[in-house]
Amino acid sequence: MTDPLLRVAGLHGGYGATKVLHGIDFAVDEGGVTTLLGANGAGKTTTLRAISGMIRTTGEIVFAGRPIARLPTEAIAAAGIAHVPDGRGTFSELTVEENLRLGAWRRRDDIRPDLERMFGYFPRLRQRLRQQAGTLSGGEQQMLAIARALLLRPKLLLLDEPSFGLAPLIVRDIFAILRTVIAQEGTSVLVVEQNASLALAIADRAYLLETGRIVLSGPAAEIGRDEAVRRSYLGY
Amino acid sequence: MDGLLHQIFSGIATGGIYAAVALALVMIYQSTHHVNFAQGEMAMFSTFIALTLIQAGLSYWLAFVATVAISFVLGALIQRVLLHPLANAPVLASVGVFIGLMLILNALAGWLFGTTLKTFPSPFGAGPAMGGYVSRHELGSTSVTLLVLISVWAFFRFTRLGLAMRAAAFNPASSRLVGIPVARMLALGWGLAAAIGAVAGMMVAPVVFLDPNMMAGVLLYAFAGALLGGITSPLGAVIGGFLVGIIENLAGAYVVGTELKLAVALVIIVAVLVLKPSGLFGRTVTSRV
Ligand SMILES: Nc1ncnc2c1ncn2[C@@H]1O[C@H](COP(=O)(O)OP(=O)(O)OP(=O)(O)O)[C@@H](O)[C@H]1O
Ligand SMILES: [Mg+2]
Repeated sequence: MTDPLLRVAGLHGGYGATKVLHGIDFAVDEGGVTTLLGANGAGKTTTLRAISGMIRTTGEIVFAGRPIARLPTEAIAAAGIAHVPDGRGTFSELTVEENLRLGAWRRRDDIRPDLERMFGYFPRLRQRLRQQAGTLSGGEQQMLAIARALLLRPKLLLLDEPSFGLAPLIVRDIFAILRTVIAQEGTSVLVVEQNASLALAIADRAYLLETGRIVLSGPAAEIGRDEAVRRSYLGY
Repeated sequence: MDGLLHQIFSGIATGGIYAAVALALVMIYQSTHHVNFAQGEMAMFSTFIALTLIQAGLSYWLAFVATVAISFVLGALIQRVLLHPLANAPVLASVGVFIGLMLILNALAGWLFGTTLKTFPSPFGAGPAMGGYVSRHELGSTSVTLLVLISVWAFFRFTRLGLAMRAAAFNPASSRLVGIPVARMLALGWGLAAAIGAVAGMMVAPVVFLDPNMMAGVLLYAFAGALLGGITSPLGAVIGGFLVGIIENLAGAYVVGTELKLAVALVIIVAVLVLKPSGLFGRTVTSRV
């Protein structure tokens, strides 16, 4: 067994006095797509925030063999974890181009080849380069957020509900592009979703989170066949 | 006609000072969402540092550069020591810090440097320039403030660091996620604002004389300028600063007289807040979620 890219063990965390995560264990394998499913308020976003060092935690978080639980957020990003946050984290006042440049802020090399690749995935971004990012549609902002994150050249991409607030057709588009992107970029992905069927369709491994605890884990296909998961999360 | 032109030119000269302070106000506003009432006193304090250096025997321009550098460091320190610990405190806490800082700097300057009016040298001289429409100092100080404003604009617009500073002020959480050390950027922003204020202080001091209350009026005009242009828009604030300088001078010469000039600032402030709170160039982003 090789070590996973990300290993989380006994993770506790929350907001001030509110405890949200009650000892979580999971792993993300190199090169794979892992999904963390769970209902509203289960603690999915909080788990991603914990990995990125945005909240106080106790427990172990090991990324690429290195403990990162005590690192500040910017150092975790520099270590190779890109995070598309809840709400997409658009720099609304800045232009689309500036948003993309910010994604690559840590890099000192020429980013033009990568930008061209992003325009290949998301042609609409090229047309909107000079536009203020806050004026983009929700779907375009999600594309921008994904491109911004990929420009960091991350080893691990954290995606917080890429489907949130988008029309079903747009969601389908974005997930289709996401599938291509993941295959071509070779980035490992941890995606959090309320929309379980979407997430299970692109994931290799899945974890189910209920009120701050992992209650089920396994290969995505198996989780998708689980009776309880189907009833509560897939609706059939 | 000559008189009018003269008033406009000197309005541009004072406007440059207001524009610089207005820009400093906007820079701090973007990261704290409050007006730094201490910006004027910080500039006044910097000007006293410059005077001390000049009196100690430094040449004017050496003292100028040293003052800008010292002010930068002091501004960054103020952010690190006073503002940084308040990062998670209610927003009103920063207002408390601003007002406290204003009072402390004012008292400290009186105690250290005295409260009597002091003359401050101009490196440009007092004689006439451009056929008598402006004084040499007005021409020189306008050039200096313009140079500063353009450099600051180019810095924010074209450099990697400038982009990160804007990002950190607008959206600290997302900035951290792309790897920007936000705390350091905010401190740099304060340093830069303090340095810009220092230039404004040194440029206005030869005109108004130096004392601990030197910047009180300037801050009010600069605030009026920032509001007029739009407190969310750096370019707007700069244009607003120039406009206020011109309006103030014209009103002082032809309408209200010099004694009531300060009222012009209040009229502008109230008018903007009532008629167009976002200012002439203020942001009206329609952000979709
Ligand atoms: N900033 C915050 N401050 C305090 N409590 C919070 C904060 N964010 C989330 N919570 C609480 O933490 C719990 C878990 O929230 P979290 O956002 O992690 O859930 P989630 O699984 O991402 O849900 P959703 O599917 O709605 O996004 C909820 O009870 C929520 O109310
Ligand atoms: Mg969430």
